[in-house]
Amino acid sequence: MAAVATTQHDHAHVATHDAAHAHDHAHHSVSFIRKYIFSTDHKTIAKQFLSTSMFFLLVGGAFALFIRWQLAYPGEPIPLVGKWLPDTLVSNGAVQPGFYTQLVTMHATIMIFFVIIPMATGAFANFCIPLMIGTDDMAMPTVNMVSFWLVPIAGLTIMSGFFVEGGTAAAGWTNYPPLSASGTGHTLWVIGVFLVGFSSILGGMNYLATTLNKRAKGMRMFDMPLTVWALFITSILQVLGTPVLASAVSLLFVDQVFHAGIFIPENLLTSTGGLFPNGANVGAGGGGQPVLFQHLFWFYSHPAVYIMILPIMGVVSDILATFARKAIFGYKAMVFALMAIAFLGFVVWGHHMFLSGMSPLLGTTFMLSTIVIAVPSSIKIFNWLGTIWKGNIHFATPNLNALGFISTFVCGGLSGIFMAIGPIDVYIHDTYFIVAHIHYVLFGGALFGIFAGVYYWYPKMFGKMYNETLGKFHFFLTFITFNLCFFPMHMIGVGGHMRRIHDPYVYEFLKPFQPINQFITIFAILMGFSQLILIFNLLWSLKFGRTAPRNPWRANSLEWAAPAHPGHGNFDRDITVYRGPYEFASPQSKRDYLPQWIRPAHVDAEQEATVVGKH
Amino acid sequence: MSSALSLAHEPVTGIRHGKLGMWIFLASEVMFFSGFFTAFIILRNTNLPVFAHGASELNWPLAALNTVNLIVSSLTMAMAILSLEHGNKSRFQLYMGITFLCACGFLVIKYIEYTAKFSHGIYPGTSSFFGMYFTMTGFHAIHVIGGMIPIGWMLAKSFTKRGYQDWERVEILGLYWHFVDLVWIFLFPVLYLIF
Repeated sequence: MAAVATTQHDHAHVATHDAAHAHDHAHHSVSFIRKYIFSTDHKTIAKQFLSTSMFFLLVGGAFALFIRWQLAYPGEPIPLVGKWLPDTLVSNGAVQPGFYTQLVTMHATIMIFFVIIPMATGAFANFCIPLMIGTDDMAMPTVNMVSFWLVPIAGLTIMSGFFVEGGTAAAGWTNYPPLSASGTGHTLWVIGVFLVGFSSILGGMNYLATTLNKRAKGMRMFDMPLTVWALFITSILQVLGTPVLASAVSLLFVDQVFHAGIFIPENLLTSTGGLFPNGANVGAGGGGQPVLFQHLFWFYSHPAVYIMILPIMGVVSDILATFARKAIFGYKAMVFALMAIAFLGFVVWGHHMFLSGMSPLLGTTFMLSTIVIAVPSSIKIFNWLGTIWKGNIHFATPNLNALGFISTFVCGGLSGIFMAIGPIDVYIHDTYFIVAHIHYVLFGGALFGIFAGVYYWYPKMFGKMYNETLGKFHFFLTFITFNLCFFPMHMIGVGGHMRRIHDPYVYEFLKPFQPINQFITIFAILMGFSQLILIFNLLWSLKFGRTAPRNPWRANSLEWAAPAHPGHGNFDRDITVYRGPYEFASPQSKRDYLPQWIRPAHVDAEQEATVVGKH
Repeated sequence: MSSALSLAHEPVTGIRHGKLGMWIFLASEVMFFSGFFTAFIILRNTNLPVFAHGASELNWPLAALNTVNLIVSSLTMAMAILSLEHGNKSRFQLYMGITFLCACGFLVIKYIEYTAKFSHGIYPGTSSFFGMYFTMTGFHAIHVIGGMIPIGWMLAKSFTKRGYQDWERVEILGLYWHFVDLVWIFLFPVLYLIF
């Protein structure tokens, strides 16, 4: 794609009268703190979300490597860092069982609540929605700022669990009681999740109000790019799902602090006898329902799966259409499929609980509704394939990542069908098969889509082009190591390898899997360190990257009408929308694309002047 | 905004941003309290004697008084919005003041109820019923306090020289306040009246 960008003419000036007013309000003085720290500008907030999530990605990734090391070489000291960790976590540098469960819990908690959700919604929604609907900022900029600052506070709260007695949360990211109903670490986890959930609600509220209220003149709902549609529908999930998690963890908090017996079953006995200070009195005033927590938790956390994947589906749709130089195949079908997935996402939570002891009849209904999700998902997959079919495909880094998303997401989707079927799930539940599945959809799916989006919008975010060679190198390295790391997990999962186990080789039948685990670990380490290429590329290009043109990908949506590195207020010209976002190869234009903001009577002149123009 | 740019046009839906945001936030709040009500229903059905006994220990006349209290405050809130819309500053101050006092009264009565429970040795850990009772009424009380802060701020502002004219903002606050009232109207029968 770099070649595409360089073939464009560098028209240095914008011909329209708007040029005189360009950046008019970008110049009013704002203090450093208001501009970079407590900023209300949606682009700055998006960058804050992005950098915070990148930091947490490295932390969560490091935890994953500790886990992998223990599974491949149990009892051996962790290389490099093992000797620096305190004795409460490691013995002779090797991961202790308690630390292992903390690692498993925190890896998932961080990756879900502090990496994928803030990236998919926080970073992309903040950056894309106002720019793609042609407006200056969010509907409620101050609320937006609060929504970001809750994330680092929540992150620190959860991470501080490592420094309290008994360690941080260790009951898995699902934090089921009664295991999670005691200990300071679990209480901190509950507080952190409550805060990050509040951030999510405030964000979703803002994205909805902005999309409904601030669209540019002439832009109907069905003129919006699929990224905006996907983020809009995701926001509905955030607003309606997250509060239920908040009430679930609030009740868990009451159980943790007061031992009320809401989720703790009556007369619970534990092997240590010391789980609850008042022992037999726990729940004496009424038996709690541990399964109730699971229902409330998954009522949010299944839609959360879609909060993590729907925005990515939108991003990928836009990227594929742009790089295939073709209109998205079945635009409205794509929108309705998003809606269908979102709706079905609310009625399938029970498929996480086939083994919880709930009625098998109820399980059957959850099984059926889950399998139905394959229909709208397939509509999306086939429409993506229809989009690139016979397209003029450019294999630039964003597109490579988008194609990587589709291929891995299909794999993850297919293994999902296994799990949706109750009788099969009974066998593969809580095995590495499920670990493989979740990573195929969340790493292979969501994270490749996030990479695609970061590369795609990097020129608009920072006004510089990233390094294409490094970008491609990063993609291929990640894609290959990813598959070699996660694909074998399906096999050891079917072989019965448990999902969370400190030392699998205490079981005779798992001993043959140690070489496979070592194979996985080698590629996990390679994959982890490949991400440093991404970080290096993003940081290096900030300073040394080529200055980006206004519309490097020759795309149609409104963000490319803004200056290469838009200031506060975003646009330097009036924005009126005349057509949908996917007018590629339109007969009205000499070029192979026709942006949304070009006036019909002036197509060639304006496109020449304002689209390719550099500033 | 520069004159050449007309990006900040009227809201597309015709509803002010803050008001639209508030409606969305209230939808979220409905789900938040729904979580509690769901848990309450499930736990009540599996622990009927505990819940019946717990409910019988609550002071329903005081809670009924509080219900009246909140309904009155909802009415005065609506009248405060109307007064400000018509530019009647003193009426606005009067009605907003009554709303604020009702909210204070609600919290005082809640305080009396809570301390009475504590003095009888009843805490959230006493039974699953009281766990639910203190969580639900506690979160509701936090919402009342959350409403009192902007009510007090707008009231105080209207006494300053510049006054307070933004009746639409009061209307948005009113939406929230009616919601808080509505939650109590569900809490009252569910917690106090079902034995």
